[in-house]
Amino acid sequence: MAALGGVEGAGTLASLSEKSPALEEFSSGRAKKRRHFRWWRLIVMVLAGIYFLGPLYAGIKFSLEDIQGGFSLRAIESIPSSPGFSAAFALSMRITIVTVVVSALLMIPTAIYVHLRVPRMRRVLDFVTVLPIVIPPIVLIVGVLDASPLWVKSSPYLLSFMYVILAMPFVYRSLDAGLGAVDLKTLTEASRSLGGNWIKTLWRVVLPNLRPALMSALVLTLALALGEFTMASLDLWTTIPVWIYQFQNASNGHVQIAAAMVGLVGAIVLVTIIVSLDRSRSGRRKMSTK
Amino acid sequence: MAPGSEEITLKSNSRIHRVRRFFGPSMALAPFFIFVFLGLGIPTIAVVYKAFQGEHGGFTFSNVHDITQGVYRLGFENSFKLALLSSVIPGVLGVFLAYAILTAKSNVLRRVVLAASGVFANFGGINLTFMFIAALGTTGTLTVWLNAIKLNPWHYGFNLYTFSGVVFVYMYFQIPLMVLVITPALGGLKQSWREAAENLGASSWRYWFHVGVPVLLPSVLGGMLLLFGSAFAAYATAESLTTGIIALSPIQIGNFINGNVISGQTNAGYAIAFGMLVILSVTMIAYGLVRKRASRWLL
Amino acid sequence: MALRKIKTALLAGTTVASLVAVGISAGSVPAGGASSANWAKVTHLSKSGSSSMTALVAAAKKEGKLNVIALPPNWANYGTIIKDFSKKYGIKVNSVNPDGSSAQEITALTADKGRSSAPDVIDVGTSYAVTATSSHLLAPYKVQTWSEIPGALKNSNGYWFDDYGGFVAIGCNSSAVTTCPTSFKDMLTETGANGYKIGINNNPTQSNSALAAVQAASIANGGSVNDASKGVSFFATLNKNGAYVPVIANATTVESGATNIIIWWDYLQASGITPSVKGWKVIVPSDAAVGEYYSQGISSSAPDPAAARLWEEYLYSVTGQNLWLQGEARPAELAYMQAHGTANKAWVAKLPALPKGITPVYPTTAQITAAATVVGNTWNTQVGSGA
Repeated sequence: MAALGGVEGAGTLASLSEKSPALEEFSSGRAKKRRHFRWWRLIVMVLAGIYFLGPLYAGIKFSLEDIQGGFSLRAIESIPSSPGFSAAFALSMRITIVTVVVSALLMIPTAIYVHLRVPRMRRVLDFVTVLPIVIPPIVLIVGVLDASPLWVKSSPYLLSFMYVILAMPFVYRSLDAGLGAVDLKTLTEASRSLGGNWIKTLWRVVLPNLRPALMSALVLTLALALGEFTMASLDLWTTIPVWIYQFQNASNGHVQIAAAMVGLVGAIVLVTIIVSLDRSRSGRRKMSTK
Repeated sequence: MAPGSEEITLKSNSRIHRVRRFFGPSMALAPFFIFVFLGLGIPTIAVVYKAFQGEHGGFTFSNVHDITQGVYRLGFENSFKLALLSSVIPGVLGVFLAYAILTAKSNVLRRVVLAASGVFANFGGINLTFMFIAALGTTGTLTVWLNAIKLNPWHYGFNLYTFSGVVFVYMYFQIPLMVLVITPALGGLKQSWREAAENLGASSWRYWFHVGVPVLLPSVLGGMLLLFGSAFAAYATAESLTTGIIALSPIQIGNFINGNVISGQTNAGYAIAFGMLVILSVTMIAYGLVRKRASRWLL
Repeated sequence: MALRKIKTALLAGTTVASLVAVGISAGSVPAGGASSANWAKVTHLSKSGSSSMTALVAAAKKEGKLNVIALPPNWANYGTIIKDFSKKYGIKVNSVNPDGSSAQEITALTADKGRSSAPDVIDVGTSYAVTATSSHLLAPYKVQTWSEIPGALKNSNGYWFDDYGGFVAIGCNSSAVTTCPTSFKDMLTETGANGYKIGINNNPTQSNSALAAVQAASIANGGSVNDASKGVSFFATLNKNGAYVPVIANATTVESGATNIIIWWDYLQASGITPSVKGWKVIVPSDAAVGEYYSQGISSSAPDPAAARLWEEYLYSVTGQNLWLQGEARPAELAYMQAHGTANKAWVAKLPALPKGITPVYPTTAQITAAATVVGNTWNTQVGSGA
């Protein structure tokens, strides 16, 4: 492990934590174990596939039918051109971006700082960041609306604020797990001793090592901001989930479900793209000491 | 000496200096705590305050007293049971699934599953219910196929509209949630440890028992706590799947705060929310104790 | 040192972020209604002068908008009503939270007070209107056609007034079912896998159409509207027979085959299910006729008080009432309009016929609350297995 110190080591550690290669790398003497492992993984994936894709298939099938029972794309086609869709989409995007940015600015320095400087506060932070789980969102939003002054309530970014809170348990847990998996102290000391300042250290050493944790946190925050309904609807803002819900109530069953499926698949595609952007940009680039 | 504390020189051990030393570096966490207080503390205080308010003002215990009786008590019990089952079972399954995904070769698969996990973890409500009814209802597509090969689950006691049915449906967003939460921790299981264990002659089982599980356990427990909270407070899915034939606290809150029938009793809803807060806090304390126990055993 | 730099950056960043947030929100808070405040205090129109109909229309147009809440477009023809009002007066109607519940409407009145998007008018279950009145959330107002509204359907001081209503009805997918049940008793006959799959629109402690269904079942089963327990046991039997599907039943569940019979308000079935399901029949059960009205109210802190009052005048004009009739709901002034020939005859004819020989029952607020309590305490244990 000592040989893996320094910034070069950080890069290796980064790529290691990224892939966690399977047993396949081992010598041929492990062939039996490899096969056993492969079978087990296959079974898990197949079962998971049936459970998750089955209902999805049933939903999509329903949305592709029309009232007479034939095949029809009409349901899906009518969605993007429906009134209010683009406004809701734009609003959702704005709120999501603000949520992700504020969450990152707030949580990443906090988690790193705690790990580095005040590890005793980890217990406290652990407790505090689980608290948002404890209050049901419907109660949270009513409480917030009750207590907020008018200028706060008039802004849609109040939702961003609340989404940061909602996502906090998961974001912090992710970051905490990721930070616990790397030797932060050694990495930062090595980087500093090689002449890097704090910004460089954070950006080129610490964050790349947190990639899986950051990915998890990002995916969750994105999906939450794009899929949250209760608070948005009670706060009287028409985000995409709220729009879909309203749209559903004005349509027949097939279009209703089509809207839900579009929302679901659309969100998956969107989040996948965003996640892929991040990786492909700095994926296999070797860490330099410059 | 605790790591990272080199900056704090032990000049004086008097109480005021110890306190200052403890809180001094923590001042940088002020923005975080302010944020949490505003977004979480204030609504919580509002909830607790309202739980003890009568409908026309004035402090009263009656709301809280009422919700510890009868059907509301049943609601707490059911919600607790549901949350427990919906955190342990999907928790374990989620770890397996996460490991299977993480060790897959395809980058694309991993990315899509990760993204899908995030989206599914936030999916629920009437759309999820519909998907399940369309797939596994009495006339659902999967049911029809299974019926053709004489494996119709409804004939073997499967019922989507019961307690176990709700747990079954809950797994749809609980398992992805666990996958997302445990993936970073799994990523921390270093290859070198596995190699070292193998070199020392350990079998797969021994590796997991002595290295893998102990390292993962805190994160798994933490993940299960999150799942517990998520299942405990989940409302829309259970509501649309059972329309109240199973007493659950979030649905009961909905009746008061969200309903069309019982007016003028919203504070009873807040009282139930307060009850949920208490139960969840107790769970968190229990979790803390278990985790402390676990880490002591491991290290 | 560098760590201090980070601390400062963090604090600066948070300050900047909050300032930006203030700037954004300040920019997005439009000026409140510039209309004269006295419209908020007007309790009825006068023949001429500053509180005449002409003045009202002018003031409402000046306000330019109307905020409504919880009005689904296919609920009692609200979609058409909103469009028609908007076109007639050139006032933009903001319809938020269309699937909201009565409780949410009342919450919005308090939680969103002062926001320019706060609701101007509400359409809620009568018990909510009563509570809102005692909480001083509503402003009293008597429309020009006030005398045409039956006395039992309004608050004597004008705080709330019933708008439209309907009856608990059995809807049946005649293409999926051999014989459609015509009464509650009929529903107990066909059971099992190929039999009836009966649903109600939601949880009876949350949805008043579901609660009314339970009350109707109670009447049909030898109970009364005061005693909902017989209704609960009816649904328990249905569930035991395998004929009850405990999901939120609507057009989608019918189209997917999960339910083939729904017990719901007649007018909601007419607008929500009949258009999408061929062969959907709606009848009022022969052994119980339970009817209920919803109620209108004007917010006492309405951001657009003139528009709110104009809206009410419009709704209670012959045009407005007939549009509700077109949605197959029974408007509050229907009896008067039929007596004076102003009700649209074609649309009256489409209303489901009331069964002969039984008196329609209109549960009072007290009866509804009592029934809700009984159902709330016994629904899980009797219909569910108590889990």
